[in-house]
Amino acid sequence: MHVHFLDAYRPRPSVVHALDPRVKLVLALAFILAVALTPIAAWPAYLLLAALGFSAVLLSELGVGFVLKRSALALPFVLAALPVLVTARGAALWSIALPGWTLVISDAGMQRFLSILLKSWLSVQMAVVLAASTPFPHLLLAMRAIGIPRLIVATFGLMWRYLFVLVDEALRLLRARAARSGDPASAAGRKRAGGSVAWRARVVGGMAGNLLVRSFDRGERIYAAMAARGYDGEVRTFPLPPIPAGQRLILAAGVVLLMLLVGVGYLS
Amino acid sequence: MHYSPAPMHIPDGFLSVVVSLLLWAVSLAVLGYALRRINQELGERQAPLMGVLAAAIFAGQMLNFTVAGGTSGHLLGATLATVLLGPWAAMLVMTCVVGVQALIFQDGGLLALGANIFNMGIVGVLVSYFAYRTIQKLAGGRSWGVYVGGFGAAWLSVFVAALATALELAFSGTSPANVAVPAMGAIHALIGIGEGLITVGALAFLAAARPELLRRQAVQGATGRIVWAVGLIIALALAVLSPLASTHPDGLEWVAEQQGFIERAQSPLFELIPDYVFPGISNEALATIVSGVIGTVVVFFVALGIALSRRRRARAAAS
Repeated sequence: MHVHFLDAYRPRPSVVHALDPRVKLVLALAFILAVALTPIAAWPAYLLLAALGFSAVLLSELGVGFVLKRSALALPFVLAALPVLVTARGAALWSIALPGWTLVISDAGMQRFLSILLKSWLSVQMAVVLAASTPFPHLLLAMRAIGIPRLIVATFGLMWRYLFVLVDEALRLLRARAARSGDPASAAGRKRAGGSVAWRARVVGGMAGNLLVRSFDRGERIYAAMAARGYDGEVRTFPLPPIPAGQRLILAAGVVLLMLLVGVGYLS
Repeated sequence: MHYSPAPMHIPDGFLSVVVSLLLWAVSLAVLGYALRRINQELGERQAPLMGVLAAAIFAGQMLNFTVAGGTSGHLLGATLATVLLGPWAAMLVMTCVVGVQALIFQDGGLLALGANIFNMGIVGVLVSYFAYRTIQKLAGGRSWGVYVGGFGAAWLSVFVAALATALELAFSGTSPANVAVPAMGAIHALIGIGEGLITVGALAFLAAARPELLRRQAVQGATGRIVWAVGLIIALALAVLSPLASTHPDGLEWVAEQQGFIERAQSPLFELIPDYVFPGISNEALATIVSGVIGTVVVFFVALGIALSRRRRARAAAS
């Protein structure tokens, strides 16, 4: 059994996929920064930023449904921002009567909440487009280009290389546990986990310890194999070709456009 | 299909730009120092070893166990990484795990990645390290020290990381402190128990199968410093819980109000932090936290000064 769900990359013959990874990384980060800088309730700016984000999604040919599904991951955290609806001070919009006390949703609170929601949704959409249109090794090269230290990028790369192997091992551990677990209440039609919570947690701990020990040994073997092939601690990568002039233009235009949109946000 | 162990990965849009950039700066600075220490300790085997272990922690986060009904518990892994690798390598390993989760799974924002690395990588690892070493010292090398230390370190790392997350949300104005802190604290106090149990199970396996891996990080650092640092961190964590403290005025004030002699109390000569509310911060709960933190730090440094002067005097008397 092999693990496929880990790779976010979806190859498509689109304009966005063809862009240099450095350009894409910088534009995605600039977009997220622009969204974060846009003040609360600057709706025209948010609309324009959403249009920009949507056009990026369309140009990438990833499919709106795909992007929406993956960007739904940020939704549960919205619960953390819910209290701001009732705690921000402003003119009252709604009153919700609960047994014991009444919650008053203010207009300032609603504006703040909606702004946080929009910011989060737009940012995560751009992150999805970036991850799905760029193979991970290219992302690493882009990270190196913007100045992230060589050791961190090398560790990321080796982690990625062995991630699939180790996740397969974890899935095998889970399958082995399932194979050795009886189905105690199948006759009654109810599934009940056996033992106590503490026992089950310790079993998982043993599995995790097993995985870590095997990984430790594997890491030592990998290092020995690399050293036998001439590894000296220095990670050398084949340099990317310089960014073509047309893409430099796209990068500059994108950054200027985002700055203008932030300006629009502050003016409105 | 990726299982997220705990609702601690902050997405973009929830933190203000100031908080995000500040935490990016702190994380990068600490990671830079960690890189230098790793270079000294591990040398050239660092990249393959830590890469594989980062992948192992990531894969380990997929191992789940049924808690009740449909919920399941997972591993965060900061404590196990710290016990096996030491604090600096563990920081880098957790950074890689959190980074890949953000980049590939959008589990946590890209601008907020600095904050997530800080919470789960730096705070989680440091608190684990100090708690584990302290409990082991207290156990004096007996075997239960490993297990109690592992449980305590795992629970504390999850709890304090959650408090840090809540504080960051409060400072960004996303969630009021007196809601975020108790909510995050309560949820993660429970999640921390699961983390502690899994960590104990893993340490038991390691002690049986490969005891030398546990003893690698045995001798490092002076005892006194660690205990002080632990005390400081735990005290800070408790200071954050101060808004939870009863909103009733404390005993004497209440009596004074009842008996009517509260007017007779003279106002103090100078008011630095009057009524435990830091002047200038409007959100009262946040102001209480800040003053609690400052008070703790001041007390700590006073205690430190007294201890140091006593040690100097003892040394002078001995010589």
